[in-house]
Amino acid sequence: MLEIKNLHARIGEKEILKGVNLTVPDGEIHAIMGPNGAGKSTLSYVLSGRDGYEVTQGEVFYNGQNILELEPEDRAAAGIFLAFQYPVELPGVGNANFLRTALNAVRRKRGEAELDAVAFLKLARAAIKNLSMKEDFLKRNVNVGFSGGEKKRNEMLQMALLQPGLAILDETDSGLDIDALKIVAEGVNALRSPTFAALVITHYQRLLDHIVPDVVHVLSGGRIVRTGPAALALELEERGYAGLEAA
Amino acid sequence: MPGWKLRNMVALPTNKLEAWRYTDLAPLSTLSFAQAPQATAPALPALDMPRLVFVNGVFAGGLSSSLDFAAPFAAGAEDSALPLALLNAGLARDGVVLNVPDGVDAGTILLFAQATATEPFAAHLRHRVTLGQGARLTIIDIAKGDGVYWHNPVTDIALAPGAQLAHYRLQDESREAFNTATIKAEIAAGAVYEHFTATIGARLSRTEIHATLRGEQASAQLSAAQLLTGEQHGDFTSVVAHKAPNCPSRQTVKSVLSGLARGVFQGRIEVDRIAQKTDGYQMSRALLLSPHAEMDIKPELQIYADDVKCSHGATIGTLDENQLFYLRSRGIPEDEARALLIRAFLDEALEPVRQEDAKELLEAAIETWWTRQ
Repeated sequence: MLEIKNLHARIGEKEILKGVNLTVPDGEIHAIMGPNGAGKSTLSYVLSGRDGYEVTQGEVFYNGQNILELEPEDRAAAGIFLAFQYPVELPGVGNANFLRTALNAVRRKRGEAELDAVAFLKLARAAIKNLSMKEDFLKRNVNVGFSGGEKKRNEMLQMALLQPGLAILDETDSGLDIDALKIVAEGVNALRSPTFAALVITHYQRLLDHIVPDVVHVLSGGRIVRTGPAALALELEERGYAGLEAA
Repeated sequence: MPGWKLRNMVALPTNKLEAWRYTDLAPLSTLSFAQAPQATAPALPALDMPRLVFVNGVFAGGLSSSLDFAAPFAAGAEDSALPLALLNAGLARDGVVLNVPDGVDAGTILLFAQATATEPFAAHLRHRVTLGQGARLTIIDIAKGDGVYWHNPVTDIALAPGAQLAHYRLQDESREAFNTATIKAEIAAGAVYEHFTATIGARLSRTEIHATLRGEQASAQLSAAQLLTGEQHGDFTSVVAHKAPNCPSRQTVKSVLSGLARGVFQGRIEVDRIAQKTDGYQMSRALLLSPHAEMDIKPELQIYADDVKCSHGATIGTLDENQLFYLRSRGIPEDEARALLIRAFLDEALEPVRQEDAKELLEAAIETWWTRQ
């Protein structure tokens, strides 16, 4: 379970999050929608521990542990996974090497045995098949020369292998065609279980046709200004974000 | 001549010479050199291949393999005007002459130079490598040691038409030592000289390569990785002279610098008037891991032909924060993430090293360098 309590955060002198309160119980998928500049990406970076974002107030608990003091790699080992809006290219780093290094780092911290090359390949090939990806994905450099859709699929592949307890999808739908969107949705839906929660951050409603959230929150001006059922997304699609600040 | 000082004997090049503008040999000129001590058996790398071993500047026959294409040192005149090569010619007492006959593939050999100094001494090895038509050879060339000493080897290379020499160097000298290596390669039509140097050791080092392409389709593929820390100074200077048409050449240098380290790359492509259709490429990239590290890059193109393709590029940067965060967000600890990115940064320079033993050896040296940081 993720609990965010009165979270304030800033970049430099600029306060972006101004008291976010949010609880995502295990087994649920929550969507965060909101206009540009509302603080959506900042929230995802603060949760995953990126440098440069200063938390000035508030707490974030994941499964009862205050995660704000943890390094990004320790948050990942604890089960938090951030799917990037713009997955980063790593020239010179092979995808298979990257995936295996990540998986084994996480397994080590979780007290599980590391996987040798053969066991890893078996696991990776199965995950690739599930995501309708080509096997040469493993041989290419991480995200280098990937199309937008391929990059997002690669995020889903990482998520499938790392088996997080909480996935944060930061505008994962941006720049995706409908097929890629479905792949992303299937990736998340495949992980749905009583011990998995997700925070789906999106500007548009269309991803939520495929990942149906249990709850929709509206983030605007650095605060959650509305919370409602899945239908709230449709309402926002029709009427836009205008006037929400006052609501 | 125990107790001799260089400055009393010869004029070492100074910064006033353009070719030595970024590398100052002053710390070397004030050293007082003693006789090299008696050789002790070095720890040799576990490589299953014929080897030629030099200890404290002397050929160690008992530790070396007998090779039918190897002959003992023969003093030779120096035909260049390079100051350190001239000095070597005057002082060299040992080295090896390799002569691979036409059409013979001589496989891979290890050339190992070990120095163990109790007092500073100098070793001027002089090697000559000649490959006949279509002959092949791979040399894994390692220099290691302890204490204060100066390795000043010269390697003269002559490749007949169609010959292929792969020369992989690991300069892993003592951190108090000096290493100045001069390599001159004469490359005939269709012959290939492939060179890689990993500069890891020595307080001050310079690798200077002069590759001359004498016939059509002669090729020089030069790359280097300099990994320097503390107050180390590493210089990679390469000059490729295109003296025939239709020749490709590459110079690829990657430098990773931390602490107060200083890296230098001077790369020159000379294209003769007759060397039309030259394809010359030069790239230098440096990664500064500390705000006090320094990289000096001097690319030079001298082109006298009018139908050539020559490109050069140079970048100096730091590790990318985005990439680092991406790796850490996937659970990879910061140290491991940095190591992964540094190895990736070196990839372009290491990529041409295909001989498995050499690749493994160099990868291990790079990993060791990183874990010591």
